[in-house]
Amino acid sequence: MSAALLEVEKLSVALMTERGPLHAVAGLNLTLAPSRSLGIVGESGSGKTMLARAILRLLPRNATVGGSVRFDGRDLLGMPLDALRRLRGRELAVVFQDPMTSLNPVLTVGSQIAEALSEHMGLGAHAAALRAVELLAEVGIPEPGRRARQYPHQLSGGMRQRVAIAIALSCEPRLLIADEPTTALDVTVQAQILDLIGREQQRRQMALILITHDLGVVAGRTDEVAVMYAGRIVEHAPTCDLFKQMRSPYAEALLQAIPKLDAPPHTRLRAIGGAPPDPTRLPPGCAFSPRCRYAQERCRREAPPLLGEAGGHQFACWLPLAERAALEA
Amino acid sequence: MAGSGTVQLRDEPMLLRVERLVLEYGAGNYRVHAVSDVSFDLKRGETLGLVGESGCGKSTLGRAVLQLVQPTSGRVLFDGVELTAAKGEALRRLRRRLQLIFQDPIASLNPRRRVGDIVAEPLIIAGVKDAAERAQRVRAVLEAVGLDPDLVQRRRPHEFSGGQCQRISIARALVLEPDLVICDEPVSALDVSIRAQILNLLEDMKARYGLTLIFIAHDLAVVKAVSDRVAVMYLGKLCEIGPAEQVFEHPAHPYTALLLQAIPLPDPDAPLPQAVAAGEPPSPIAPPSGCRFRTRCPMAQGRCAEEEPQMRAIRPDQFVACHFTTGDLIQ
Amino acid sequence: MAALDALGPVERERVVRQRRRGLGVVFWAAIAWIALILAVAAFANLLPLRDPDHTALLARRALPSAAHLLGTDALGRDILARAIFGARASLGIGLLAPLLATLVGASLGLVAGYLRGWIETLLVGATDVLLAFPPLVLALAIVAYLGQSVVNVIIVLAILTVPSVARIARAATLAVREREFVTAARASGASHARILLKEILPNILLPLGAFFLVLVAITIVAESILSFLGLGVPPPAPSWGSMIAEGRDSLDEAPHIAFIPAGVMFLTVLAFNLVGDTLRAITDPRRGT
Repeated sequence: MSAALLEVEKLSVALMTERGPLHAVAGLNLTLAPSRSLGIVGESGSGKTMLARAILRLLPRNATVGGSVRFDGRDLLGMPLDALRRLRGRELAVVFQDPMTSLNPVLTVGSQIAEALSEHMGLGAHAAALRAVELLAEVGIPEPGRRARQYPHQLSGGMRQRVAIAIALSCEPRLLIADEPTTALDVTVQAQILDLIGREQQRRQMALILITHDLGVVAGRTDEVAVMYAGRIVEHAPTCDLFKQMRSPYAEALLQAIPKLDAPPHTRLRAIGGAPPDPTRLPPGCAFSPRCRYAQERCRREAPPLLGEAGGHQFACWLPLAERAALEA
Repeated sequence: MAGSGTVQLRDEPMLLRVERLVLEYGAGNYRVHAVSDVSFDLKRGETLGLVGESGCGKSTLGRAVLQLVQPTSGRVLFDGVELTAAKGEALRRLRRRLQLIFQDPIASLNPRRRVGDIVAEPLIIAGVKDAAERAQRVRAVLEAVGLDPDLVQRRRPHEFSGGQCQRISIARALVLEPDLVICDEPVSALDVSIRAQILNLLEDMKARYGLTLIFIAHDLAVVKAVSDRVAVMYLGKLCEIGPAEQVFEHPAHPYTALLLQAIPLPDPDAPLPQAVAAGEPPSPIAPPSGCRFRTRCPMAQGRCAEEEPQMRAIRPDQFVACHFTTGDLIQ
Repeated sequence: MAALDALGPVERERVVRQRRRGLGVVFWAAIAWIALILAVAAFANLLPLRDPDHTALLARRALPSAAHLLGTDALGRDILARAIFGARASLGIGLLAPLLATLVGASLGLVAGYLRGWIETLLVGATDVLLAFPPLVLALAIVAYLGQSVVNVIIVLAILTVPSVARIARAATLAVREREFVTAARASGASHARILLKEILPNILLPLGAFFLVLVAITIVAESILSFLGLGVPPPAPSWGSMIAEGRDSLDEAPHIAFIPAGVMFLTVLAFNLVGDTLRAITDPRRGT
């Protein structure tokens, strides 16, 4: 049994704001085996981006972190900065949502890739430049030699994202975190980028965390899926199991609220009432209880823990499925 | 310039009729062909979904119909009146019957004004002098969109969430009880769980106020949920137009088929989207000759580069601009 | 009518009351000083002060004492009284000239930024030309032509600052006119005048206001320079600048004659700058827009 590559235990991230502490992530537990892919699905305010930043230690100044994050047995949160810098970009890579801001606009695309190569792999300038062109070809950019000499604004959105992926993959990372990598792209380009990430993940056997708000993006592209709401994981299961039967009311409601392509026009959507909670004013019990159609007294008082064994179908809800079906009827 | 045709325009009296609309800006080598010869019509009470990816010109088309940007050529007929020829006061009066809902709900509201004033503004502009009548109409429309007037009127936009701001925006658009409302990506900036609420709200408002809608979006599932008819655009041109169910079930244009296929479905057993079309949309500054989609079309032939396809009927109510017939398409 | 979905209670909790962050001791001290100086200048006639113009040749260059709280100047005049009456001139000009400049400059900038085209080109050209003039030379020329008086000083200083205000107003207008709520107003059929007044103006008031306060500080200094050069408030009426000029000759014997008005001016200018800067910081767009 291979040891977990990433172990997150009781992670909490609190941001100090003028309105009081904002609990972006609250007591989160997560493990990821090497070469497994995990999709994290959540809306804005669910804490999914803060989770990624906590793992990479890229949090803003006013953030307080609790709990532990271990990468390959090494404690990431307590690691000295220079050791962390050696890790970031080398074994731990990230792709962000907006390639226009994550790429340096005044450097050519090739030099940005080469920079990562020289820094982490110790390649000389010439070797790095050559490898950069190879990487551009690997991520599917036509005429890589010419493109390497261009600046980010001369490339389209999809190509910039491919460059960002090339930079991330250049040093053979063991874990790639992709935070909404296709949200800013057109749907036809989105499919291409997701294919690319999936292909590279398979080829390099690296672990992948794919963060998105779109359930469709993770279905069929990840081994497991975790659904987040108000800073907690409310459901975590192998992808097929999750979509076969969603066990947390939030995940179930989310799936029902999405317009389906195969439904006839003017089908009434099953909307979720209310709005995502204000992270500075979370209700005492289950964060979803104000909007949950099955909410009971207990739900409003106590927040349910994540039940079930790791690797199986875990979910956080007080109500067993059988009772829920009865309420529905 | 060879046009895309007007065969898709129907004979009966229409609320809106757009004929050969062209919108280009810039000069010389940097002339952007945002909308190139688009024609469509809209019956009273219909919802037309306008889909396409970024750069296809759908948002520009929406604004051009409202005359918020000046079309380069073509006509827009609204309830028989030529909108493109109207100017000054006449245009301002017509504007009250056509409204627009924007993509970014918070940006479309003046942050320095109170919600009550924002929603009342169209009434003041329209010349409703009686303050009591204005107050009553504002109240009624805020309740209609699901907001409590007493709680929201005195507050400013930044105190509300995205979904609530969009409701306010819809209230503002509806307070004058317009005939036509153009919704420009009204749910794209909202959270997934809120989208359904707003889509349901739009359907309810349509029924209650007897609205005719143009629903612009890039998300096909969203468009299908609200539309009667669907028009697909690519790089400034109309590719296909027809009843929603029909277009989605039997897409006649390769681009429509590609779009449908690329959508990630929340079903792990569904086949993964095949990235069939390589590359990305070319720039609207120098669009490809002939059929603009040919650079990415898996079926492109020599003819596609030389001859621009005209709209033709493929089924009684479905029109497509492509040289090939449905049978040749990838399904 | 079709029932709307159950929305849950309209979140009363959700309505955020923006709690004002503490603005700092320094800010409030500055406000206190400004309030004091304004009050004292406004009610100077009611205060138990000595006559600022009364010369007493026997009590010249006296150091602060019970009789004269801040001492006397080279002609035996009470410095405290002169400083307070001088505040009237300096503050009066310091507030009126920027006010005039803001009214004119903001209007020009607003219209130019909104309508663009040749109006904008004209304005930008004119401001460039005006800003290229050495300000003191221009002031000299205008005062020499119009004559020396408080009103003329106000006019000169206003003319010199109109270009800066117009630039700021234009820049702010350009940013606001692109925003969607302006398009929404146009789509509702609003006229240009209505859009300028109701949509754009309220959104540029805050940056203009913050700039106004900084302008006050600058104008006080500018007026003092003019008075120091003998071009400002005509004697014997005191102003801080002319008091400094009068104290120049006594610097070795009785430096307090020049330093006291300089100190008061320094504190006032500093206070206005601090308040202006703080306001500019809190009206930053990151705040909720």
